[in-house]
Amino acid sequence: MTDAETGSSGIEMINVTKRFPGLSAPAVDDVTLTFPGGEIVVLLGPSGSGKTTTMRLINRLEEPTSGKIVVAGRDALSLDPTELRRHIGYVIQDAGLFPHMTVAANIGLVPKMLKWDKQRISDRVDELLDLVDLPPATFRDRYPRALSGGQRQRVGVARALAADPPVLLMDEPFGALDPLTREHLQDSLLALQERLRKTIVFVTHDIDEALKIGDRIAVLDKGSRIAQYGTPQEILLNPADDYVEQFLGGTSAMRLLTFGRVADVPLEQVVSARPGDDAAELRATLREDGRCGVVLEDGDRPRRWITADELTGVTGPVGERGSPTAPPIRAHDTLQRALEALIQVDRDRVPVVSASGAYRGTVTLATVQAAVRGMRDEADA
Amino acid sequence: MNFWEYLHSRRELLLFETWQHASMVLQCVLAALILGVALGVAVYRSPRWSALAAGSAGVLFTIPSLALLGLLITPLGLGVAPSVVALTLYALLPIVRNTIVGLAGVDRTLVDAARGIGMSRAATLARVEFPLAWPVILTGVRVAAQLALGIGAIAAYVSGPGLGEQIFSGLGRLGGANSVNMTLAGTLGIVLLALLFDGCFLLVGRLTTPRGIRD
Ligand SMILES: Nc1ncnc2c1ncn2[C@@H]1O[C@H](COP(=O)(O)OP(=O)(O)OP(=O)(O)O)[C@@H](O)[C@H]1O
Ligand SMILES: [Mg+2]
Repeated sequence: MTDAETGSSGIEMINVTKRFPGLSAPAVDDVTLTFPGGEIVVLLGPSGSGKTTTMRLINRLEEPTSGKIVVAGRDALSLDPTELRRHIGYVIQDAGLFPHMTVAANIGLVPKMLKWDKQRISDRVDELLDLVDLPPATFRDRYPRALSGGQRQRVGVARALAADPPVLLMDEPFGALDPLTREHLQDSLLALQERLRKTIVFVTHDIDEALKIGDRIAVLDKGSRIAQYGTPQEILLNPADDYVEQFLGGTSAMRLLTFGRVADVPLEQVVSARPGDDAAELRATLREDGRCGVVLEDGDRPRRWITADELTGVTGPVGERGSPTAPPIRAHDTLQRALEALIQVDRDRVPVVSASGAYRGTVTLATVQAAVRGMRDEADA
Repeated sequence: MNFWEYLHSRRELLLFETWQHASMVLQCVLAALILGVALGVAVYRSPRWSALAAGSAGVLFTIPSLALLGLLITPLGLGVAPSVVALTLYALLPIVRNTIVGLAGVDRTLVDAARGIGMSRAATLARVEFPLAWPVILTGVRVAAQLALGIGAIAAYVSGPGLGEQIFSGLGRLGGANSVNMTLAGTLGIVLLALLFDGCFLLVGRLTTPRGIRD
């Protein structure tokens, strides 16, 4: 791949091998991998597959036995390793904060080594703390032991970003956190990435984390062999081999649903009515349609399901008749969220609303099934 | 003469000898600190050299102080020189050992993080490893000082300076006038110095341990 394709901040590993003395098999065996600039690439694999070693070759915490590594257009192996690392952010599990330095000192370390002046460092520290959602006034003078695990990890990310490096290496950064905090930090990272567009290499063995975080995923086998390299959808839809399939654990359809949005699938339209509509007329329409209808109130909000039977013998307006709908789901929700809602209601459908709350249509199990089939067909084509 | 009268009549000499004792110990421990830390820093990355350094300092330690002092008379003569050399050598062991233990005990992931963000070897040592190992090193220095205070008394055997003179003279004329008073004064002086040194180390420890790792 050329420089134009990887972008100026991309990373290339070309036929890279790493052998540790005393180990018969190489930890990284002839790996060729391109990390496109501005994207998050996840290295996903079981323990001992060589994820960490592969990542540490990039900032030369490990020296390759053979091969070539290009970081942001420069041959990494010809640079001074210390200098190279100052321009590559590095985040590890448990953050690796220095306990004898305050949060501000930890974050300011790299800028200080780059000889920034005091004021600039101090401004940058505050800016970064804001960026990772830690109010500077509260946190800059704290010591790491006075932080929660999640806060520590945020400081770790801030420290890695301090000198605005184009490349960020993250080795199971959220591995030691509880599921809720982990989700939260994953969301924060994605929001950050929206703005910063760094080239991020993210190591994890958690498939759900990989699918959520990664623009691309490299599924690794022993010796860092690349079993498959592709987008999360590609990997879910077309596992390259049994190894990848096994890694996905046979629930790829459920996971696929997190990639489809309700807005992207054809919704099922039912008869809609207003409380002021004529009941007899609506009953005739519903009878012909054979399904239930939906009653909309104030600003097109779906309120009640209504059936022909419920209108039998009623004259005048529809009024308050019908049974309340489940809380509607939104068009930008995932299909997984839609399925979740469907499983919990006693009807076969759930109303869908736009961001403003206006009725857009309904989803049924059939809608979800069709969506999954659609994704599969598209992948096979 | 009772003990108090003895102290009173000899107070100038006693104060002088106490001062001499403290000053000798302080200087020897300082020298041992510089030598010991340098040695520790030089070897701590290699388990083999660490074992060798701690081992040889340990062997030195098993030589009885009286014998070592006696052996030093030949090359160095009597007086200050053999006393200072012997004291420094004895003070070296706890300092070397604790420097090695302290530096080796620093969480490897922190050293890795330091390298990972682009700190040089020297910067990692100076800014991360040494500050984190400092409480352990300081404990070694404290032990070294206690040790040197006691062994310093034996320096009188080679006519060295300090409170040892009181103890040795007292023991030399056991049964004679003031012999018990002299021994007692020398011993008590050393005990008081030990307490004083300990207090100072506590203070130095508080002042030099970074707040984030103080308990
Ligand atoms: N410094 C080292 N010396 C010798 N062998 C090593 C070293 N570092 C890693 N290895 C070996 O290299 C292989 C790959 O290790 P690596 O840490 O890269 O795996 P990983 O995929 O990150 O695993 P985990 O998920 O457990 O962190 C393992 O067999 C490991 O024992
Ligand atoms: Mg690892």
